[in-house]
Amino acid sequence: MEIWDGLTKAIELLISLDPEVMEIAGRSLRISGAACLLASLICLPLGSLIHFHQFRGKRALISTTQTLFAMPTVLVGLFVLVLFSRAGPLGEFGILFTPPVMVVGQILLISPLLLGFTISALSGVRREIVDTATSLGASGFQTVWLVLREARYAVLAAVIMGFARAISEVGCALMVGGNIKGATRVITTAISLEASKGELALAIALGIILLFLALIINIVLNRLQQR
Amino acid sequence: MSLIEVTGLNHRYGEQAILEDINLSVDRGEVFALIGPTGAGKTTLLRIIDLLEVPSAGEIYFDGKCIPRSGKQRLAIRRRMSFIHQKPQVFNLSVYDNVACGLGWRGEEKNRIAGKVDHILEMVGLEDYKNRNARTLSGGEAQRVALARSLVLEPEVLLLDEPTANLDPVSTAKIEQLISYVARQRNTTMIMATHDMSQGQQLADRIGVLLDGRLVQTGNATDIFRSPQNEEVAHFVGMENIIEGVITANNEGIATVNISGNAIQAVSNYPMGKEVYACIRPEDITLAPIFHRSSARNSFQAEVTQVTYLGPLSRVEINCGFPLVVLVTKISAEELNLQVGREVYATFKATGVHIMGREISQ
Repeated sequence: MEIWDGLTKAIELLISLDPEVMEIAGRSLRISGAACLLASLICLPLGSLIHFHQFRGKRALISTTQTLFAMPTVLVGLFVLVLFSRAGPLGEFGILFTPPVMVVGQILLISPLLLGFTISALSGVRREIVDTATSLGASGFQTVWLVLREARYAVLAAVIMGFARAISEVGCALMVGGNIKGATRVITTAISLEASKGELALAIALGIILLFLALIINIVLNRLQQR
Repeated sequence: MSLIEVTGLNHRYGEQAILEDINLSVDRGEVFALIGPTGAGKTTLLRIIDLLEVPSAGEIYFDGKCIPRSGKQRLAIRRRMSFIHQKPQVFNLSVYDNVACGLGWRGEEKNRIAGKVDHILEMVGLEDYKNRNARTLSGGEAQRVALARSLVLEPEVLLLDEPTANLDPVSTAKIEQLISYVARQRNTTMIMATHDMSQGQQLADRIGVLLDGRLVQTGNATDIFRSPQNEEVAHFVGMENIIEGVITANNEGIATVNISGNAIQAVSNYPMGKEVYACIRPEDITLAPIFHRSSARNSFQAEVTQVTYLGPLSRVEINCGFPLVVLVTKISAEELNLQVGREVYATFKATGVHIMGREISQ
């Protein structure tokens, strides 16, 4: 049977640490890891800023963010493609179909998620904690840092969710990365291509890696939520 | 000179007035208790003094300087105070980190922090809990962490909001001991909100009664408990006998008050004809089975109308032409065989009666 055949070959590829499989998986981890890190660096402070300040349109902003949780990946891909195409406003960077632009795309994709979950994580910290910190002489920045630490498990869960969405998306990576072998090919784009070529072994091997990553992420999240 | 001075302070949330025209000054080293029922505005006043909230109107002076309504200076002044909130909020960190955080925020060196934290944890008896997560502690222990976290900062002013509410008697005693130890040893200025009058009486140098957002009376414990300024304060401080009367004579400070046809003697300077309240604390009245000649000027034959047992004390209601509530020990209630309908003699001194002017209500 074709699937059975593919599965045994896939396991062979994994056990032998096939260079192509490892290269693709490594690239996926690097690109999505970078996107997740940079998005966190933007969204954690921004989320704190939004949470700790009262301004007009705050509710609307949070609702918009929540709506964007479900933003289609191809839509982000289209937006980034237009932005960075040769004739586009950021075309002069010439980074279309390179890993950096894929990182940019994934940052845009997961930022609403990270922002929304950061805000709700901070909302979970009681008002009295903020007052207590202030009375004990914390400055504004010190208070924000303490509250982020209080919410650390929920914030970390938000970051992990962001990473999971980044590494498992295919639309944006395909559109702005181009699935170039040895340059921008990542797990999801490789699976899509190999499967359409009928090369099931490589697709299944990469699929197993992706599932395994999902499993690890799930275990970590569960551990965090039990704290 | 006063360390904290509050002048003309008003505070409102929307339409609702929380505090009205508060004027208060607390000296360095003084322990001041704010007493009042729940909802009187005690917490709000403490929050304003700790600069957590900006009052709707009025000024706060700290160490002679008027505090601005915003800006960096507020943080600098706040760092000279510490506020222990009613429900202790410990951070989701180890006991050590909870106590150390305030020093860290002030930029204290790591080594010095460790020394101070260890010392204070020993003082509150939590040295063995150092590495425990503070969230796993009991209510009394958490309150001690909160106290340690404030005391380690060696604040000039310690603000305490109901420090022993929701605690069992043993934990309450521990916290009260710590508070009075700190007040004596470090000469820390304290402002403490409490609805427990005996706590205020026991710990404070001076007491302020806050009723419905107004600071109705300030003075030492004797002033407040023996000579309340008006009916509201009298009620709040447990003056159960507040009886309307009129002064019919005044002979060099000893007034005769007519209370529904009965004459009682009291110490007062009000002139003849003044409408007054006579206040008598229930524990200041003694009951006896027969008439005794004594130095007490007031003695009435009375009939017991109700007896309620309150643990070691009994609350006895009598009628001697006007109703009175008397507190006697359970033993004397049994010896006197106090039962409804029994005849007794009620005796109280002229100095045990506090006379308040009665304003004609609008």
